[in-house]
Amino acid sequence: MTVLLIALGAAVGAPLRYLTDRAVQSRHDSAFPWGTLTVNVIGSLLLGALVGRPVGPAVTAALGTGFCGALTTYSTFSYETLRLVRGGNRLLAIAYALGSVAAGLVAATVGYAVARALST
Amino acid sequence: MAEPLDPRTDPDVDLRVSADRGELTAHPATVLAAIAVGGVLGALARAGLQHAAPHPPTGFPWATFGINTSGCLLIGALMAVLGHLDGGHPLARPFLGVGVLGGFTTFSTYTVDIQQALVTGAPGTALAYLAATLLGALAAVGLGDAVATGALRRRTAR
Repeated sequence: MTVLLIALGAAVGAPLRYLTDRAVQSRHDSAFPWGTLTVNVIGSLLLGALVGRPVGPAVTAALGTGFCGALTTYSTFSYETLRLVRGGNRLLAIAYALGSVAAGLVAATVGYAVARALST
Repeated sequence: MAEPLDPRTDPDVDLRVSADRGELTAHPATVLAAIAVGGVLGALARAGLQHAAPHPPTGFPWATFGINTSGCLLIGALMAVLGHLDGGHPLARPFLGVGVLGGFTTFSTYTVDIQQALVTGAPGTALAYLAATLLGALAAVGLGDAVATGALRRRTAR
C-alpha cells in the first residue's frame, strides 16, 4: 500500500516539476534557473509543514516521500550549477547554489513552524 | 570552457533549447507519461534506500546523502551522453533525466533533514550534512560529466 501511495505522489510530482519549470521560464529570459528554484522551495515548504504537523503514514508516503520528493530535485540543481560555471557565470552559479539552499531552509523552517502553530 | 552551441542550463527543460520548446506540442501526453513513470521508478528506489538505512533526527542522513550524490553523478554522465547523441531519443531526457533522476534525488528531504537536525539540537550534524551534500553533489555532477565525456572522446577517436 505504501508503495502505491509513494508511486501516486511521484506520478504527480515529477510532471508538475516539469510543467512548473516551463511555466516559470516562459515568463522571463534569464540564465538563472528560477523554475527549479521555485519547485525546490515549494517542496521544502510543504515537506516542512508535513513534518511539523504529523498527518499519518499514508499521507506522509503520498505527499511527503512521493510528491515532495519527486517535485524537488538535487540532480537538476547541481547540473544547472555546473552549467552556469561552465558558461562563465561563476557568480551566478554561487548565488544559485547558496541561494537555493538558504531559500529551501527558510521555506522548510516556515512550513514546519506554521504547521506546528496550527496544530496546537 | 564555454560551449556556445549548447545553451542548456536546465536538464529538466530549458526553453532556450529549441527541441525543449517544442517537445510538449506534438505528443504532450507521451512526454508527461514518460516523466511520470520515470519519476515513480526514481521515487520508489529512493524510498527503498531510505527505508533500508533510516537515521535518527540527530543523525547524519546517509541514505539521502548517497541518493543525492549518486543521482548527481548520473545526471552529469547522462547529459554528456545525450549531448553526444544530439539529444538521443526524444523521450530519453524526459524519462531518465526529468523522471528517474529527478524523482530519485530530492531537495525537500535535504532541507527538512537539516532543519530537523537544527530543531533537535544537532547543529554540527546539520552543518556537516548541508556542506557535504552540496559539495559532494557538485563534485559528483562534474565527475559524471568528465568521465562520460572522456569515455565518449576515446570511443570517437578509435
